[in-house]
This record gives sequence, C-alpha cells and structure tokens, in this order.
Amino acid sequence: MKPAPFTRHVPRTVDEVVSALAEFAPLDGRILAGGQSLVPIMAFRMARPAHLIDINEVEGLDRLAVDGDYLSIGARVRHGAFHKPVIDGPLGKLLAFVVSHIAHYPIRMRGTFCGSLAHADPASEWCLVAATLDAQLVVKSVRGDRIVDVTDFLEGIMSTSLAEDEFLAEARLPLLPDDTKFGFYEFSRRAGDFAMSAALVTYRLVDGVITDACVGIGGAEDRARRIPEAENVLNGQAPSPELFVAAGEAAATAIEPLEDAQTTAEYRRDLVRAVTRRALERSTQ
Amino acid sequence: MNAAAKPGLIGQSVTRKEDGPLLRGQGKFAADINFPNQLYMRVVRSTYAHGNIVSIDLAPALAITGVVAAWSFTDVADIPPIDFRLTRLEQLAAYRQTILAKDKVRYVGDPVAVVFAEDPYLAEDAAEHVVVEIEELPVILHADGKIGEFRDGLPTETALIEKGYGDVDGAFASAHAVVSLSLSIGRHSGVPMETRGAIGRYIAETDMLEMYGAAKVPHWNRDQLAKMFGRTAANTNLFEGHVGGGFGIRGEMYPEDVLVCLAALRLGRPVKWIEDRREHLIAANHSRQQTHHIRAAIDRDGNILAIDNEFFHDQGGYMRTHAATVPDLAAAMLPGPYRIPAYRVLGHIRLTNKTPGGTYRAPGRYESTFVRERLLDAVAARVGISGVEVRRRNLIATSEMPVTRALETLGTDIVLDSGDYPKLLDKALNGIGWDDLQTQITSRRKAGELVGSGVAMFVEKSGLGPFDDVRINVGTDGLVEVVTGAASVGQGVETVIAQICAEKLGASYDNVSVIHGQTNRIARGLGAFASRVSVMTGEATRQAALKLRDKALAAAAELMQLTADQLDVVDGEIVRLDGGTGPSMTLGEIAKALEPGGNLVGDGEPGLFAEASFESKHMTYPYGVHVAFVSLARDTGGISVERYLVAYDIGKAINPMLVDGQIVGGVAQGIGGALYEEFTYDDRGEPLAVTFADYLMPTAREVPDVEVIISEDAPSPLNPMGLKGAGEGGTNAVGAAIAAAIDDALGQPGAITQLPVSPQHVKALLNAKV
Repeated sequence: MKPAPFTRHVPRTVDEVVSALAEFAPLDGRILAGGQSLVPIMAFRMARPAHLIDINEVEGLDRLAVDGDYLSIGARVRHGAFHKPVIDGPLGKLLAFVVSHIAHYPIRMRGTFCGSLAHADPASEWCLVAATLDAQLVVKSVRGDRIVDVTDFLEGIMSTSLAEDEFLAEARLPLLPDDTKFGFYEFSRRAGDFAMSAALVTYRLVDGVITDACVGIGGAEDRARRIPEAENVLNGQAPSPELFVAAGEAAATAIEPLEDAQTTAEYRRDLVRAVTRRALERSTQ
Repeated sequence: MNAAAKPGLIGQSVTRKEDGPLLRGQGKFAADINFPNQLYMRVVRSTYAHGNIVSIDLAPALAITGVVAAWSFTDVADIPPIDFRLTRLEQLAAYRQTILAKDKVRYVGDPVAVVFAEDPYLAEDAAEHVVVEIEELPVILHADGKIGEFRDGLPTETALIEKGYGDVDGAFASAHAVVSLSLSIGRHSGVPMETRGAIGRYIAETDMLEMYGAAKVPHWNRDQLAKMFGRTAANTNLFEGHVGGGFGIRGEMYPEDVLVCLAALRLGRPVKWIEDRREHLIAANHSRQQTHHIRAAIDRDGNILAIDNEFFHDQGGYMRTHAATVPDLAAAMLPGPYRIPAYRVLGHIRLTNKTPGGTYRAPGRYESTFVRERLLDAVAARVGISGVEVRRRNLIATSEMPVTRALETLGTDIVLDSGDYPKLLDKALNGIGWDDLQTQITSRRKAGELVGSGVAMFVEKSGLGPFDDVRINVGTDGLVEVVTGAASVGQGVETVIAQICAEKLGASYDNVSVIHGQTNRIARGLGAFASRVSVMTGEATRQAALKLRDKALAAAAELMQLTADQLDVVDGEIVRLDGGTGPSMTLGEIAKALEPGGNLVGDGEPGLFAEASFESKHMTYPYGVHVAFVSLARDTGGISVERYLVAYDIGKAINPMLVDGQIVGGVAQGIGGALYEEFTYDDRGEPLAVTFADYLMPTAREVPDVEVIISEDAPSPLNPMGLKGAGEGGTNAVGAAIAAAIDDALGQPGAITQLPVSPQHVKALLNAKV
C-alpha cells in the first residue's frame, strides 16, 4: 500500500493550476484536493497518476460566500466547513444536516465539496445535494471558463463531463427561499459508509399544498439525479403519510437500480421507497 | 499492620500497568522497530485462486537499482513447510503450506515470490516487476460441494473429525420427534488494529538469529524457526513488543515470519516486513466458515435425547499451524451446558481456494454455539415452549457437577469442572429485566414496531496446560520482576500477573514489573491463547510468589532474630504480626543480604528469587448467557442491536475492569460476525472484501453499551484461586443470541439460518411474509 512514484506540483494561483493541468494532464496528471478518495486508491495502486497538481495552496479557492442568489463553494472548501450552517436560512441548515452523514470526522476535515463532485461517486451526499438543488458548476482550463449544469456534469459512476485539462473550481448552489422545507435520509449498513440509497427532498408549502418539490435520489443509480415522477406526485398535494408513501413508490418505480454482489435490484428499489418516504417525513419535523 | 486486614489486590479493578506508555504514544509495535541498514521485504502474491505456476521471472525486479534480492520457491526449496502447533493429525502433514508456493497457487494472496529492497516503496515497485505466469485451474469455493484434488491424488477433504458417546441411533428410533436444521456461519476473522509485522536480524559475531514482532507463541515459533533453519533454540530468539490485538490469528507462524528470518541469515542485513491492510485481509488466517446439518431427538417435553451433527469446515487453501483445532473444538464443545445423553458428530475438513483458516476468538464455539442454540430454539418452537424454558429443561444441574463428557479436545478430556448454569440464567434474565422487556416488546409491537429478544447459553473452555513457568526476582532496590513464558496481545497480562504477585508476595503493585514474550529471558513458555494466561501463568505466579515470600521471611527472621511466623510482608516491607515496633527491613534489603557474598547466603543459592511451574491436565470451563434485544426496520430491513447483556461466570475475576473490557470487546467482534463482517468471493475465487470499505467492522455506532454481569458462583476446583479464563465469553454466543432476537422480531421462528444477517436478507424475509 505504497503509491507508485509520482511528481507533485504545487501551484499558487488558479492560472498556475490550469497551466499545470494543460501541461501534465496529458501526461497522466490529476488534481489533488482533499485526497480522501484519490490517495487511498493510489495506495492500492489502482490509480497511479504520474503527476499530482496539488491545489491545497491555491489562493482564493477556499472561498465560501453568497454571490447574489447562490452560494459559491470554492474547490478547497472542506466538508467540515458545513458542520455549522454557513448561511442563515434553509440552505445552511440543509448542508449542516447532510454533512454529518459524510464518512467520519477526520475525513470531513480534509475532503472537499468540489472534490466529491469531481469524483462522482454515485452515493456521494454532495452529488445528491448538487443534483437535487440544480447546482451550477464553474469549470476552468487554459481554454477559458465554462458554467455547467449539474445534470450535464454528472455522467455516470465516477464519470463527469470534465475534459482532461479542466478542473472544477467552484460549485454554485441556489439559495433556498426561507419557507423551504427539506428532508434527508440515507441508508447504509454502518454509520459513515457510502449510502446504499439516499434521498433529499425540498419543497415549499403554499396554501397548505406542496409546490416546487425537488426529490433527489443518490446511491441507487449510476449518478444522483432528481426524480420527476416523485415530484409530480407531491406537487399540488397536501403533505400526508399516504402522499409520502406514494412518492416513495413513484421513486422506486422510476429508478434503474444499480446491482452488485451485495445488493439486488429489488432491494435497491425497497431502499429507494424507504429513503424517499423517510426524507419526506423528516421534512415535516 | 496485618496484610489480611487490607483488601487484597486480587479482585480489584486497578488501572493497567500497560497503559502508561500506550497513552503517551510510547508504545513500540512491530512497525516501530528499526535497525540500521535494514532491508524491506515485499511479498508477490497470487492473483489467481487456483492455478499451476508456469514460470516466475525475477530478473526484471532484480534489474531495479536498490533491489538486493528476489526469491521464488526454488530459492527456498530447502526450507520445510510450516508445521502444526495444535491438534496434529498425521494425514494433514501433506497439506502444509510452504513459505513460497511450489508448483501451484491455491488462493488469491498465496505468496509466490519475495523481493528485498532498500526502502518499502521500492520493494513494492519491484514486486510489480516480478513476472508470474499462472495457468488458471477450476476453483473449489464450497466446502460442502464436490471433493477435489490438492495434488497427486490427495483429496481436498483432508480429514474427518468423529466424536460422540451414547446410543444415538436408539435415541432417534424412540424419539417423540426429530428436529433438523441446516445452518451456516460466514467466513470472517480477527482483524487487529495492528497488522502483522516481522523484523529478522542476524548477528554474525555471536551467530544469533533474532525476530522482532513476535506475539502469542514466541517460544513455539522460536523452536520451529530453529528447526526449519537447522539451528538451535539457544541461538535463536524472538521478542514480543506491544501487540495491537491478537484474537487467535496474530502471532501464529506464517510464511512471512520465516522469510524475514531466512533473508536476515542469507543477506546479512536486518529485514523488515510490515503487512498492509489489503494483505492482511487476504493473507492472515480467516476463520469460522462452516455449514452444519444437525438433528435433535426430543421427547414430548422438549428434553433433548440425542444430537447428531454433520458439518463441513471450510479451511481454505492449506492446513496451517492450527491443523484440525477449529473443527475439533466445534465438534467437542457443541453439547454446551445441556444434558445431552447421546451425541454424535462428523466433521469434514475441506480445503477450498480461499485464504487458509485458523483460530479466531472462541474458535469452533462461536460456530457450534450458533448451531446448538438455533437447535434449542427450534426445539422450543416445535414443543411450543419459550426459548428460556427449553433451556431450563435441558441445562445440566449443579448437583451433576463435575460432568465428564466422554469427549476430548486439545489433548484433554472434557470435564466440566464446576458451574451453576440455571442460576446464571436467572441472573442474566434479572439483569436485563426480562419480564419488563417482554412487556415493552408487546407494546412496541402494538405500535407497529418489529422488536424481539433472544437468549443463548454456552460453556467456554480456558486454562489450557500442560504447564506454565514463572520466575520472580527481587532486586536490591526492592523492585520485583516476574518473568513468564506467557505472551501479551494487549489483554492486560502485566496487570493481572502483577496483581497476583503483589498480593501473594506482599509487594507494592507499582514495584512489580512483568516480562513476557522474550525467549532469551525464560527457557520455555506456551504463550497466550485459549484464554489460558490468567489461569496457568496466574497460578504459577501465585506459587512462585508464596515461595518467594517464605524465602524472604526466613531470611528476615534470621536477621531480626524472630521466627518467620511472627512476620509478614506488606508493601515490600517486613513487619511484625504482633504490631511490635523495632528495626524493620525491606525486601530490597533482604535481597542485598542474599546477594553473592552477602551475609545470609551461607550454603544456599544466592539471590532473592523463586520459580514455580504449574501443570494442569484439564481445562477449566467458564460459562455464560447472552441476551440480545433488537429492532428491525420494516422498510429497509435495517437491524439495530438496542441492548445486549452478557453474564459470565469465571470463578474469580482478578481484575473486573479487564474482564469487563474483554467481554465488551468480544461482543463487538461477535456482532461483527453476526451482522457485518464477511470475506466474500466471486465465482473465480477473487476476494471481494479486501478493504475496510467492503469488510465491514462494526464501529462504536453499531455496538450498543454492553451490559456485563461478572459472576463468581463457580470457582474452578482445578486451581486454588478458582480462576477460569475470561477472554472468549463475550464473543461466543453473539451470533446465536442475535439470530434468536431477529427471529423473534420477525415473528418467524427459525428464519435465521446463516450468519452474517444482512438488512437485505431481513427485508427479503419481511417481503416474503407479506
């Protein structure tokens, strides 16, 4: 469990990062942020990048601030930054609630929000948050900047639309209206493990009925995404246990479940049904 | 002051001697040991579960600068395979593991080559350059399937274990009913926080071979290494440092231990090997995997008339040091605390293309307790009585003790030495508040919850002989040193031995130090396994301490012109029993008087020391009760252990805090095997659990606060302090108790037939019921 040889580069500015990427990405170079996924797989020699572009010293990438109607999260912002609400209102509370489910404390003090998105594990809590809230992602390279919708960014298991020479510099989460309700629930065999299925829901209550429902499911398919079938069940209806069951049923039916040696498709659907309903129940508490 | 007036140290929860250096970060584990000019070893392991070795090309690795040597089997062909330490059956010898694979590989992880390099990174780089060509062969992954060939016509069924007594066939012929079950236990093992490690060093000028990183059985391993290398025990020494957990698997002799020593001898430089976690999960001993087909003949009241059991033990690729130990213990200990008038067992030891097996905390008993207690629950269901009642009816009564089982294991006849099994069951039920718990269960079920409780009972074994030696020496500074051939894998040996020594000698606890696991300090020793140290080393310590006390008092009497029976030793000081004042003296001063040339030596041997050896032909049998209370999530199948209680009778607890720690840690491991931990394989024999992301160890979040009742109702008659070992009772019955509780919560008696139980399985059972 000693990594194969590599060269570490330590840029100080975003310009240096993109230059280094342009130079070294074709030579098997990769970004190192928190390293909580990359370093273990390097230790197993399942990843053996020849160059690591370590962005931990880059000025400005630790920025976490509200810009107009969204929250900007720089590439160096650690999970642990969200332990306490970073802003007033439901978004800060939502992030603080979700973050406690990410792995364990030491990992949260090192791993980064943007690193989770770039790694694109289907069960990543931050991918689920980004997908559910329609995040926009700021991607940079020597060729310039582009802003990508999360639905275009997450492509599959550990797969994104980032080009070889691009890096994810910032994630933008839309602020949530003050009356937004949210609920999150994930199921794993042990606390801190990647979720076998997770659900994040947000909605507003207008005249007692649900509007703007967002139902995101993670860990169940090859990427986290919103499930419109479940949202349609909720919108325009008053919250009730029966409605939440129906939404869970809709989500379970809509997904294309991942199967593996430990998990059948049937069980994955059972879990999606369960986590969706439980997330909705939590939204009322 | 009279020593008898002071509360003794034995039975007190004094703080651990071991904790000072450990808490200060001063512990010295295998990886902390370094020697100048050392090389690093890396093992090249088979990536195939079964295959013929076509060729191994070491040249590309040797071409790398900094690589000093690389070997395959032909380089070590003169070294015999690793021999058996316990439960040797001669026909098993052909299945022993060579230190590098000879013609075939038999599991993923089988060592096929080694490289030695100047640093560990380079060693790992070089290992990748060893080119191993393997012709893949079909794999055997199920111990109860077809028998294959190990080599040259040798079948993969290596031996049969047959035990029993009484008229089994007659009992079944006349039984009111027969209850039959097929049950299996998953493959899991001890996973210590510290992985294995070994550092070999050869000192040419004194022709001394040393190995550091030893644990558990340093003397046996010393003797074996000497034998394998054609050396003597006198110029071979093993040294145990701090050990980050043993659990049965750590400290056994493995290929890597032999390889570092051989390399130190051949290369003339110290050689260090530290196992990484992936290696650990595929190379260190696995355990537990068995499938049982068990039947009970019962009368109409649920009394068991006979048990007939056939089981298949999945041993993995080779027979390792434990030989037949695990299946033998499973077979011998299966009857447990019950009055089983007739018993027959047939165990098949089968090789498969998986990591070889060995013992793991409560070896054979975690398995057979699960099987027996599932059987008891099935009998209860058949007769229509509760799980508690069926146990009460079948428990051996105190009046029947001692009970000779007409079974033998580990070279000893099983004689249940003492016990009040029904009383301990009552203690456990009272402890958990059984009746209240049933009321809670009823009301929570009414509210729609799935909750349930389960009880399991067991008999453990401990204090395996045949001997243990202790030497106690008092220095002229009054410091007391106890040297033992026992070993410490972190369980608190130093503390417990110091408590016994200090109390019996009359020394201060703080002034006693305990040396263990150093083969150059004592000629022989059996180490730490089978919950033996407190009993065997403890009793030897008691005897040596009393001898030493007599010697000190005799010397003091002479110096003080009194008789020995007028004196006592308290906190290292000689005092007059009558409270009279006058000149007093310390143990240190007596040691000085007994120094060579001292004024008291006379014709006797100089020095204030004593030796004792305790021999025992029989083991002692502690016993316990586990009670589990679980809840299940109807929608996810999630399993939550809400409460867990262990009542354990160990005769006499030397240090209740340590016993409590042993039990709680044991329960955590038992929960691992019941609900989380499993070494799984794909159908080509590729291991699927090679990291802690896939091999799920329970954490503090999954393990409840364990409620512990330490009971001392039945001191062992086999040693004067009444001791029975405490190391394995926390683990023993967890699988059984949790399975019973899940059954109860599901409302499906007998639903759980295999471990570990996953949420997916629970959900499938719930779905099937709807």
